Amino acid sequence: MGDKRKPSNAVWILGIIFLFLIFIPPFAPRFFTYILGLIFVTSLVAMSLNLVVGFGGMFQFHHGVFYGVSAYATALVLTKTSLATWIGFMAGPIVATLTGLIIGWFCVRLTRLYFGMLQISLGSLLWAIVFRWYSFTGGDDGIHGIRMPSLLMSLNNSYYFILAIFILSLLLMYKILKSPFGNTLQAIRDNPQRCEAVGINVRRYQLLGILIATFFAGVAGVLFVILERSVFADLLFWVLSLEILIMCLLGGWFTFFGPILGTAIIISLRTFVGKYTEYWTLILGIILILVIFFLPEGVMGYVQEVLKPKMKEVKQEEKGIDASSGIGF
Amino acid sequence: MAIGWAEIFCQFLVGISRSMILFIVCAGLSFILGVLRVPNIAHGSLYMIGAFATFSISKMIGGTYGFWVALALAPLLVVVVSLIAERLLFCHLYQREHLMLILFTFSVSLILGDLVKIVWGAEYRSVSPPEILKGSISLLGASVPRYNLFLIIIGPLVGIALWLFTTRTKIGKISRAAAVDREMVGVLGINVSWVFSFAFLVGCYLAGIGGALVAPTVSITLGMDHTLIIEAFLIVIIGGLGNMWGALVGSLIFGVTHSFGVLFWPQFAIVFPYMSVVIVLLLRPRGLLKSVW
Repeated sequence: MGDKRKPSNAVWILGIIFLFLIFIPPFAPRFFTYILGLIFVTSLVAMSLNLVVGFGGMFQFHHGVFYGVSAYATALVLTKTSLATWIGFMAGPIVATLTGLIIGWFCVRLTRLYFGMLQISLGSLLWAIVFRWYSFTGGDDGIHGIRMPSLLMSLNNSYYFILAIFILSLLLMYKILKSPFGNTLQAIRDNPQRCEAVGINVRRYQLLGILIATFFAGVAGVLFVILERSVFADLLFWVLSLEILIMCLLGGWFTFFGPILGTAIIISLRTFVGKYTEYWTLILGIILILVIFFLPEGVMGYVQEVLKPKMKEVKQEEKGIDASSGIGF
Repeated sequence: MAIGWAEIFCQFLVGISRSMILFIVCAGLSFILGVLRVPNIAHGSLYMIGAFATFSISKMIGGTYGFWVALALAPLLVVVVSLIAERLLFCHLYQREHLMLILFTFSVSLILGDLVKIVWGAEYRSVSPPEILKGSISLLGASVPRYNLFLIIIGPLVGIALWLFTTRTKIGKISRAAAVDREMVGVLGINVSWVFSFAFLVGCYLAGIGGALVAPTVSITLGMDHTLIIEAFLIVIIGGLGNMWGALVGSLIFGVTHSFGVLFWPQFAIVFPYMSVVIVLLLRPRGLLKSVW
């Protein structure tokens, strides 16, 4: 990790973006603030997915389930019980992590495509239950008009709350990825057999990675409820999961900030192109195919390559040395 | 609960007839997965195009023969569409990794879905079965729709045809060989790109037949691709990737558990097939029958 000791440029850019985001709500129209909030929430899901897909190398095909389960847990606590709001907010991530524990425990027994397909069938099971259990979850109508504490009533306040949690989660995820645990996860992605041989319990690390990812997906689920004040069964449908996966791949799944870019691209396409034509998915499909053909590393991967050609070379040299010394060890 | 044997038998036959449509589509998906190693999400869209094309052709021709002509022509239209897609896009990407291929085929399915919306619009469509297959036959005390019996006959026929194609014809044998070791097939001086293209078209033709056959039994609408493709993938996985008989076994499990779910607990009928998939995958992580991967 060559850029760890000289973070000045990146930190400046991020700081400016952050200040910009803070000053947006009073000046921008409500709709714009709402879209920004939606981008934060969705990119938090995408980044949590990228922890296991891009950095963990697992085929987490049904990540939307954890997001949806958390949103439903929060919504149910807030509408069906008279418990305090913060308990509802806590319930989301906890339920999501527990679901992640159960589904992940089964999934880590399999590999690659089989892993993904088992997760899709387990997730679809949950979706079918939520979709059909009218008396409890509201079925395909969902739950609407969830009450919020007075502090989060206005859109601007929820925006700031979402932004704060979003940044906090990003910092946490960054720390996790830079920790020994994160490095082990990436090592498992690159070569599971060798990790097994070195004495790493691959399945346990993968399960832990899934738990962390599902926790952050749970956080995003709560933020979704705060922003939308409603939940619906489509949150758990596999099409949404695939869309989230595509946000990661589009933005660049080996980069940390890639998923944010991918999410921003897809959501703004949907809102701004969707205004002019109902065929926006056609345009999305064409853009995706162009990206696959010409930018296989994703948009962010390409930007990094263009911006820092020298850094990249140095990095690769370092990597080469690392790899050769790694074999000896 | 007062559910007689007649109802159970009838529901069982309906389940099998639904399985046959799933089998035809999944055999195509599995064939493509086996030979080309492409998890083709656009397969569902081709199925949808097959169903919509059946609607248009049978309406255009009309009369007694409308449906039969549509059954013959609609899959060919699907083949034309997939030939264009294959030569233009797919053939450049066979070497990419699976995640990228999933993303790519998903984008193709987005494009095809919107093209269907442009051509046929967003309304519900329906096709009526031909005169001979209307009504029902009473069989062992149960009255079974004739069209479902027709499906139960045609499913095995398509299966046998595909089996004969892969074991008795030269091109079929070459595609099976390419499924096992594509470098070796290339070394033998066979144009692998051409073989892949042909195998892809065979798979897509099956998707088209499935779409044409399903048309009289459901309301044809946008979004039928999404519901089908996920079921098809699960079936192919529990059957064994690339194994045609595995697709048959998987479809039977999926279809029959669903129809019994409808009989015993209609509200949660869709839960049962997923449950059976989970159980199979936990007991046999690599599918019931041998996978060609």
